[in-house]
Amino acid sequence: MKDLTAEILELIRRTSTDLPADIEKRLRDARDGEAPASAARKAMDTILANVEMTRRDSTPICQDTGTPLFFVKLPDGWKPREIRNWIRAAIAESTRLTYLRPNAVDSLSGKNSGNNLGSKYFPTIHFEEIDEGDLTIDLILKGGGCENVGTQYSLPDDRLKAGRDLEGVRKVVLDAVNRAQGEGCAPGFLGVAIGGDRGTGFTASKETLIQTLDTKNPDPALETLEHRITTEANQLGIGPMGFGGNATVLGTRITSEHRLPASYFVTVSYMCWAYRRRKMIVHDGQVTYT
Amino acid sequence: MDKQISLPLSDAAVKDLQVGDSVLLSGTLVTGRDAAHKWLTDCFIHPKTTATQEDERIFEELRGILDGGAIYHCGPVVAGLETKAYRFVAAGPTTSVREEPYQADVMKILGLKAVIGKGGMGSRTLQACREIPGVYLHAIGGAASLIARSVEEVLGVYKLEFGVPEAMWVIRVRDFPAVVTMDSHGQSLHADVRTRSSAMLEKLLS
Repeated sequence: MKDLTAEILELIRRTSTDLPADIEKRLRDARDGEAPASAARKAMDTILANVEMTRRDSTPICQDTGTPLFFVKLPDGWKPREIRNWIRAAIAESTRLTYLRPNAVDSLSGKNSGNNLGSKYFPTIHFEEIDEGDLTIDLILKGGGCENVGTQYSLPDDRLKAGRDLEGVRKVVLDAVNRAQGEGCAPGFLGVAIGGDRGTGFTASKETLIQTLDTKNPDPALETLEHRITTEANQLGIGPMGFGGNATVLGTRITSEHRLPASYFVTVSYMCWAYRRRKMIVHDGQVTYT
Repeated sequence: MDKQISLPLSDAAVKDLQVGDSVLLSGTLVTGRDAAHKWLTDCFIHPKTTATQEDERIFEELRGILDGGAIYHCGPVVAGLETKAYRFVAAGPTTSVREEPYQADVMKILGLKAVIGKGGMGSRTLQACREIPGVYLHAIGGAASLIARSVEEVLGVYKLEFGVPEAMWVIRVRDFPAVVTMDSHGQSLHADVRTRSSAMLEKLLS
């Protein structure tokens, strides 16, 4: 197999510097929905000016280039070990080229590795073998501000009167948005997982973020709930950066996983407005990016 | 209209700032976030460890630079690490509230008049802003390359052993854009927004 380090480096560069068109469109609509001369409108103008600048200059949209989260789907013939090595080499090189900030810190010594390579989960790489199709590598760069406001509820939640049903899910997700205020760099996007265990809940909620905004939820009840949560979250009036305003959440994605009888987790991953998400597809040796 | 303000800030300039004002800030400021606040606290505010001579020297220099000045909660992307010809590539704010346990004391011990970050801070920092007087300036989170453009020069760096994001970078900025969200008169936009959104949440959950 051809070494894909250079192609993965390009995936990282695009992800860090070039915001996807569907996200930018949603941000532009949000900007238009804020009152003229408001702090919220001004914040959105600054955000959009930055998006244009980083695309042109090939510089990071946000200085917190986050945890690199890779989701790799590989058909027969590709070796996970080899792909992991390419990814790690590309990550170190992207850091040297300042597409990424050195972000891997030893939790005990406090020492920054300097090249974004850390212990086995840094960068995070999820592999899934597939029977047929192309090799695809999805990358999300998720900053620490929005990661810190992500949260997990165990239902029933007595304080919120949230039971083990979709109404309970709605309540806790709205609570999570209110608790986050502007700290996750609103307006944000929500990835929600119902069920799983504590670990898979977070993995599944983040994996929803690789989908484009126009992807339809296969479950009509969840799709209805996604729209309702987005609408109601915006009624909270938190607004861009928490300045107050109409745009608080610009999209919600919900998935459901099997759970134990004893457990009913609702996991909320909050993605900041700088929703850095790109995909690389390798088809017959040709690499394309979306 | 944006208000032009320059560092160091006088008491009068601070008191003139009100929640909601857009400002363009110019002058010398220093980045500092989690490791810096912990270092200042552990060495100089509630000493847990004995400061080295080097720590003492850095602390005195910082007090000189930051008298009436501003600390910026920011972990930048910096080019030129190999040659030490440093240049800020991306430099938006990080979430400020993590420094809430330390900020009031750090403001007082360094002589700060302004804290720059994102997401706002809590009641202890707000109280310190009343007493000092001081102000909290909210930069636009994520607008990192745009903000880096306002950084004219990297004048130096302290505590680079904390790593690039956590080091204390001394920078000269011109027309750094921010919004006053906590002022010296006890006003906090963050407290107001939270009160309103919590009331609405209660309605949506009932």
